[in-house]
Amino acid sequence: MDFQLTDEQRALKDGTRELLAGRFGRDRLRAAVEDPAPDRALWRELGAAGFFALRLPEADGGVGLGLPEAVLVLEEAGRALLPGPLVACQLLAGVVDGVAAGERIVGLCDGAREPALWEHPGGCDELIFVEGEGGRRGGSTGGPAGGAGEGAQGRTGGAYRSAPDQVSCAPFASVDPLTPLARVLDLPHAEPVAVDMPRLRREAALLTAAQQLGSAVRTVEMAAGYAREREQFGAPIGSFQAVKQLCAQMLVRAEMARSAVYAAAVTERALDITGAKLLADEAAVRNARDCLQVHGGMGFTWEADVHLHLKRAWWHAERWETAGEAEELLAAGLIA
Amino acid sequence: MDLGCTPEEEDFRARLRRWLGEVLPHLPAPPAATDWPGRRAYDTAWQRMLYDAGYAGLHWPRDAGGQGATPAQHLIFLEETERAGAPYVGANFVGLLHAGPTLAAEGTAGQRARWLPPILRGEEIWCQGFSEPDAGSDLAALRTRAVRDGDAYVISGSKIWTSHAEVADWCELLVRTDPDAPRHRGISWLAMPMDAPGVTVRPLRTLAGSAEFAEVFLDEVRVPVANRVGAENDGWRVTMVTLSFERGTAFVGEVVACRRVLGALARAARANGRWDDAVLRRRLGRLSAEFTALWWLTQWNVSEAMRGPGRGGQRGGGVPGTGGSVFKLRYSHARQELYDTAAEVLGAGALDVEHAWVADRLSSLSYTIAAGTSQIQQNIVAERILGLPKGR
Repeated sequence: MDFQLTDEQRALKDGTRELLAGRFGRDRLRAAVEDPAPDRALWRELGAAGFFALRLPEADGGVGLGLPEAVLVLEEAGRALLPGPLVACQLLAGVVDGVAAGERIVGLCDGAREPALWEHPGGCDELIFVEGEGGRRGGSTGGPAGGAGEGAQGRTGGAYRSAPDQVSCAPFASVDPLTPLARVLDLPHAEPVAVDMPRLRREAALLTAAQQLGSAVRTVEMAAGYAREREQFGAPIGSFQAVKQLCAQMLVRAEMARSAVYAAAVTERALDITGAKLLADEAAVRNARDCLQVHGGMGFTWEADVHLHLKRAWWHAERWETAGEAEELLAAGLIA
Repeated sequence: MDLGCTPEEEDFRARLRRWLGEVLPHLPAPPAATDWPGRRAYDTAWQRMLYDAGYAGLHWPRDAGGQGATPAQHLIFLEETERAGAPYVGANFVGLLHAGPTLAAEGTAGQRARWLPPILRGEEIWCQGFSEPDAGSDLAALRTRAVRDGDAYVISGSKIWTSHAEVADWCELLVRTDPDAPRHRGISWLAMPMDAPGVTVRPLRTLAGSAEFAEVFLDEVRVPVANRVGAENDGWRVTMVTLSFERGTAFVGEVVACRRVLGALARAARANGRWDDAVLRRRLGRLSAEFTALWWLTQWNVSEAMRGPGRGGQRGGGVPGTGGSVFKLRYSHARQELYDTAAEVLGAGALDVEHAWVADRLSSLSYTIAAGTSQIQQNIVAERILGLPKGR
């Protein structure tokens, strides 16, 4: 047992952080708030660095690493608030041509959610739509997604690929300025994709949790950094216990999430991933809120980056497994 | 990142499991929680069995009489003994988890030879004389004075919250040896015999109804200078060694126990219909994630300790880092939430003080206070890990 990063894992994580710091620093982040479309040049650079092909076998031109490594790079992406369908491209790198190299960008839409939301609809070359297990949503035979009673037809869920112009969408005003969204109304089910659906969902949840972890760790650093420097009443606010305790609670949440996310990446057990998503969602959302509180009035402004973390965390918390679903699954696991 | 066990570790686990299977069915029933003489006899008999089977002081270094096991093996030991329902470390707690490791790390050869073997064999019980009425979590405010008189210190003052004091043979005592020095300096760590003239023990009754800790009054107690561990006035540093052990590994077995209780709670809720309450169900689900994560966090901290420098700088020394404070902060609250949830499952049954879950609910109230309150732990985390400035 050695539940710590290996030297290679640490190098991968540090390398990803450096790459993102160099190519997606604060100026680039703020520019992306105005234009959140994925940066194609950066995407190709990430592809060349093996970001998307991380888990493909070396024989297929991949890096041949595993889920823990994918978690580490997505943690860094979450930390940097890198916009774009990162989880989709990570999971579909071996399925859709050009994704592994960063040449093409693919989106992933969870049809089990109502509404079925597609992230970066304007930035994707293709969409993979994953139906809910209960049946077919957004289907051309079923009317608009989310119609009453739909989804209870007992059909096994499938995955379908569509070109963007084949997808019928309604506008959706995303709370996260870095993540444009569209509501999927209808799409052809002409081209099924052979993917292991339960596995895809599990891994999507875990990789989303990894981004939440990165964000939670980053907001602790932002809060502590601000608390060390900002002076009030003639002293750094970080010397006041009330502020200290907020920051300490943030760190505890982040470390709990880290343990859960990393362990789930190793065990790959469904319930471990469910627990990891629950704790990482909570860490990202609550840490962003506490970070905002530590920043005081500054934290409430558009100029501070805190709200970007909070809004992204809200979006990620709604994806793949919500808190309520996770808690029910974990409870059921106690008596299984 | 590796959560698997090596073949050696699996072999260790299998042997331990076999031994537990052989001895546990023949153990007598444990005494009542409030019967301290009975508990001393029971706990020390169990320690003797561990000693004879080669499991005493598992994580202690070999040159201190321990087994020199890796922290990973220690974790397996705690996991397996808890899973098998073996007795808890009990009255041996301070000796095995605080005083022993401190003596092993900081004691002279003679001190180690005198005190360590009786701890390992379950012959001598230790208690902890750190806290005082005006120095609880603010340990550096302690005032008990020790004045040098020839080859002895003459000690006057009082200690409080001293667990097991009634049945202890020795006390790891913090005293102020230089009243003029800054408060963190001028403190020394002494081994005090509890039967020395001038020592008076007055049991304190806890809110759980038991008398598991006491006030200790010291009236011109003479303790040989030779009983001082570490240099004179260097007791604060020695104490930090003790506390890092306490916060690092002392609660490991309990996490396993809490996961077991959680499963029992879910089954009880199913049996009595409370399971139909979605709020309760969701609370149980959340606690499941929390205790699982706490178990991984323990593995993380232990792995970190195994990599870090240990006693004398060698790798794998297993001195826990500040991760222990992070663990204790969340664990102490999660434990209270667990037993509050148990009360919800029990309904009016939660008013029955003899129910094991109710007794545990009461004792869990001490977890956010003992070994440094949550507020103090948060200050430690904020200052030492996040680098926030000291203040008030």
